[in-house]
Amino acid sequence: MLRALKLEPEKCTGCMQCEMACSYENEGVFNPALSRIKVFEFHEQGSFAPYTCTQCEEAWCMHACPVEAIVFNPATGSKDVLDDLCVGCKVCTIACPFGTVNYRADTGKVMKCDLCGGDPWCAKACPTGAITYVDIADTGLARMRAWAQRGEATSARFNAPVAKDAQNFDRAKA
Amino acid sequence: MRHVIIGAGPAGVVAAEQLRKFDPQGTVTLIGDEPEPPYSRMAIPYLLMDRIGEPGTYLRKDPGHYDELRIDVIRGRVTTVDAKARSVALAGGGKQSYDKLLIASGATPIAPPIPGVDLEGVCACWTLADVRKIIERAHKGSSVVLIGAGFIGCIILEALAARGVKLTVVELEDRMVPRMLNATAGGMVRRWCESRGVSVRVSSQVRAIEGAKGAAPLRVLLEGGDAIPADLVIQATGVRSNTGFLDGSGIATERGILVNEFLAASVPDVYAAGDVAQGRDFSTGAYVVQAIQPTAVEHGRIAAMHMTRGHRHAQRGTLNMNVLDTLGLVSSSFAQWMGVKGGDSAELNDPDRFRYINLQFQDDVLVGATALGLTDHVGVLRGLIQGKTALGPWKKKLQADPTRLVEAYLSTTMPVGHNAYVI
Repeated sequence: MLRALKLEPEKCTGCMQCEMACSYENEGVFNPALSRIKVFEFHEQGSFAPYTCTQCEEAWCMHACPVEAIVFNPATGSKDVLDDLCVGCKVCTIACPFGTVNYRADTGKVMKCDLCGGDPWCAKACPTGAITYVDIADTGLARMRAWAQRGEATSARFNAPVAKDAQNFDRAKA
Repeated sequence: MRHVIIGAGPAGVVAAEQLRKFDPQGTVTLIGDEPEPPYSRMAIPYLLMDRIGEPGTYLRKDPGHYDELRIDVIRGRVTTVDAKARSVALAGGGKQSYDKLLIASGATPIAPPIPGVDLEGVCACWTLADVRKIIERAHKGSSVVLIGAGFIGCIILEALAARGVKLTVVELEDRMVPRMLNATAGGMVRRWCESRGVSVRVSSQVRAIEGAKGAAPLRVLLEGGDAIPADLVIQATGVRSNTGFLDGSGIATERGILVNEFLAASVPDVYAAGDVAQGRDFSTGAYVVQAIQPTAVEHGRIAAMHMTRGHRHAQRGTLNMNVLDTLGLVSSSFAQWMGVKGGDSAELNDPDRFRYINLQFQDDVLVGATALGLTDHVGVLRGLIQGKTALGPWKKKLQADPTRLVEAYLSTTMPVGHNAYVI
C-alpha cells in the first residue's frame, strides 16, 4: 500500500514540532530553516498551514532535472534527491509549481521531502493529527472535490482527531 | 513505426524515452554529433568547478540505459533532410529512413562579428570539448576575458573565479543579464560581482582580439581604445538555433523551426523540440525560441506524444523562466518579468542585503516575477503564473510585502485556514 502525507491545516496549532522533527531526522540538528516541511502563519485569520511536497506522480522537478538526480522511489512513491548526483543547478526549484524544492547554499544542492524513506517524522511528531501518514487514496480527494466545488459547499462535518502512535509515550514506572 | 530523432540533448533523449513508452514495437534512433554519451550543458559550470567529472554531466547515468530501452544511439551529423523520401542523410554517407522525424538539433553559440574570434585561445563555453580547452588555459593567476554577461556568461563566472583567474567581463548592453533581469536587479548582480573582484565593463564593445607578445598571448581591444591582456577569451554572446542543414528541405524556419501548437513543423510527420523549435510561449501565445532546459524537456515529452498518438491536445505553451547562480547570488525570473501594458507591480528592494523581488500583475493575476537572493519556495512563482491564479485580496498584501508569496499561494490555491472547505 502506498501512503502519503495528509496535511490538514485546520488541525494545525503552529507548534512547529514537525519542522523540528524533520530537521533533526534529516540533518541531525533542530533547525527549522533546514526542515523540508514548513508551517506558514496567517496572522489575520489566526491560522496555520503545514506544507511540503505532495510527491506528484509526473513530478516536475524530476522531469526538469538535467542530470537524473531526482528519482522515483518505488518503495514509498516519493521523489528523492540523490545528493551525489545533484550539481545544484536549481532548475527543479523553479520547475516545481508548488515551490517545495529548495536550494541550500551551504551544501550547493537542493533538498525536498522524501517521506523519511517511508516513516515520516513530521507525522510522528505532530501532536494534533494535522499531519498524518495515510493510505494514498485518503489524502485529499474530498478536499480537492470540495475545493473544486467551493461556493456550493454544504453543511460542515466535524473531523474527529486521529489517535496517533506517537502520542503513546512509554515511561519507566516510578 | 520508425522514429528518428536528430539531436541527443535533453529534448531528444526525453523524446526517445517517451517514444519507446508510447510505441513499444517501434524503432527509435537517436542521432547525436558529439563523441560523448548524451550530456547536459546545464551541468557544465559544475564540471568547470571540479564538483563533478564528465560522467556527472551525462543525462542518463546507467551506460546500458539506451540499450535497455532499445534506443539506437548513433554518432553522426545530419547534412540534409529529404521530407519527400522521408529520410535523413548523414555526413560521410549513410541514410536513416523515418516514418516520424523529430528535430531536436539544439543551438550553437554565435561568434561575435569581430576580427580575431578564430584565434587559438578564443572559445565558447558550450560543449565538453570547450570545457577541456578552458580548463587547459584557465589557471590560477591567468587573465580571462569573458565577452557577454548574459545567462551563460554569468553562470560560469563562479567556476572561473574558483579557478583563481583574473576575470574581466565585457557586456555590450548597459547591464548584466539584460534578457533576464531589469536595471535594478542587473545592477545588483554587477555590484555583487565587482565586490568579489570581477572587473565588469557594461556598455562596452569588443573591437577585435589580436595575438600579442609578452606575458599574455592575446589582447582584447575595446571600442574607445582600452586593451585587456588575456590568456583566454570566452565568448558568450548568445546562441542560434541549428537550422542550417534544413535549407532546401521545405521545412519552414525563422529564428528556429516553425512549429504549430502540436510541435509539428511545416511538412508532414516532422516535429521539432527544444532550442531549435520556435514554439508557443505560455504568456504571450507568440512563437519564440526559449532555449531553456525545462522547455526542452516539455517539448520532448509533448512531441513524442503527438508523434505516436496523433494531434489530440493543443499545447498551451511553455513558460519562459530562468534560474542563475552568479558567484553565489541566486537570481530567477519568470514569464513577463518586464511587466505588461496596463499592469501593476510590487517591488522589494534591499540593495544592502542583495535581496530583490519584483512581481508583475495583470488585474489580480501574477504574470511575471524576478527574484534575487530568494531560494526558498521560489517555484510558487511559476505555480501562480501558470495557474493564472486570481489573487483577490492577496494582490494588495503582496504589494505591501512581496515576501508573503507562499502565504498568497497557499491561500489562493489551497483550502487553508480554520475548517476551510473540507470539514
